[in-house]
Amino acid sequence: MNVSGSGIRFEGVTHDFDGQPVLRGIDLHLTERRIGIVGANGSGKSTLARMINGLVTPTGGTVTVNGLDVRRQAKLVRREVGFIFTNPDNQIVMPTVQEDVAFTLRRRGLDAAEIAARTAEALDRFGLTALADRPAHRLSGGQKQLLALAAVLVAGPSIVVADEPTTLLDARNTRLITGLLVSLTQQVIVVTHDLDVLDGFDRVIVVDDGRVVADDVPATALAAYLSLLS
Amino acid sequence: MIGLYRPGTSLLHRAPALLKLAALGVAMVLVGLVADPLVLAGELVAVVLLYALAGIPPTAAWPQIGPILWILVFAVPVQVLVAGGSVEGWTTAALMAGRLLVAVALAALFTLTTTVTAVLEAFQIVLRPFHRWVDADRVGLLVALTIRCIPLVAEIVREVLDARRARGAQGSVVALAVPVVVRSLYAADAIGEALAARGLDD
Repeated sequence: MNVSGSGIRFEGVTHDFDGQPVLRGIDLHLTERRIGIVGANGSGKSTLARMINGLVTPTGGTVTVNGLDVRRQAKLVRREVGFIFTNPDNQIVMPTVQEDVAFTLRRRGLDAAEIAARTAEALDRFGLTALADRPAHRLSGGQKQLLALAAVLVAGPSIVVADEPTTLLDARNTRLITGLLVSLTQQVIVVTHDLDVLDGFDRVIVVDDGRVVADDVPATALAAYLSLLS
Repeated sequence: MIGLYRPGTSLLHRAPALLKLAALGVAMVLVGLVADPLVLAGELVAVVLLYALAGIPPTAAWPQIGPILWILVFAVPVQVLVAGGSVEGWTTAALMAGRLLVAVALAALFTLTTTVTAVLEAFQIVLRPFHRWVDADRVGLLVALTIRCIPLVAEIVREVLDARRARGAQGSVVALAVPVVVRSLYAADAIGEALAARGLDD
């Protein structure tokens, strides 16, 4: 299933770090609603995902999100793209659950009533209402990742990129977070080592040594990935 | 402020943070000026009533106020000894102890009834007249991050201490300091990246 708009485009993208190529000649047009990115450690898959939010800019080529250039229009791109990190502890800014969700909106200059309403709605949606006044650092790993997700989604991005969002979670919380990501109305791009997370996805991209080596429906792409590992 | 806030709907919870900060400042000055033990005793009673008004149970108040008693256990005898053990010395020591107790209890009451967000908003109001020179949002973010990073660094220290013990290097300062500093710097880098992803670097 495709999403409306021009989607995410990588055109001739390269990225070097300390003189070493991390990504080489990436050309992609991402329009599907559920996209997985897999690859070995150091393959460049996280760099690829970070480029969608402008956290990493290409050394060569261009990346555009719904027509916005991530290099020149990073501020606008970040309003379109929410990013979920592996470790939610690094993503939580405020001391309590409610304050952290509201923090995203306060930076948008919304009035207090709207912030309160949207925060309450987000907390309710993610089952965090009972934890609203709890210190964020005392939450469980799964609850922290839920909070990170709520704090990102409350801003209303059209795309959600998650970089190994279940790596630090147990099986139960992995199922919970995966279920939530799949149920989102937004376009979702998940970088993962856990192939079960990609169940029901529309497209999987396999990255190896900075190149896209397979890009297909999950069954075909994952077969290519597994043969690469063996 | 890290997780000390007690949710509530009392008058103290609902009062603007700036007003509470101003009242706290004035109260601190007045407490410092008190020279009559009876007046100080009255202030102590007033503080107890304020805790009751805010609906703060003794179990929540004690962890905030209790530690000051350890300081007083040493400070009061020293004060008495310095004054030569006279009645006047005991009075001065009692006044000093009472002032500290009232001041700490009032500061704790502010913390227990005020969210970090409310404190940041108060900061921004105070800094607004200086917007040409000071970015109030940045200062607010700085304060929020400082508060947020305390449990994060504490967790890093705890994990490193465990790892050090597991490797049998309990006495080694290097085995504590190096990983704590390195991991803190990595965490700072990751937080910076996450802030940018949330649009906070604009």
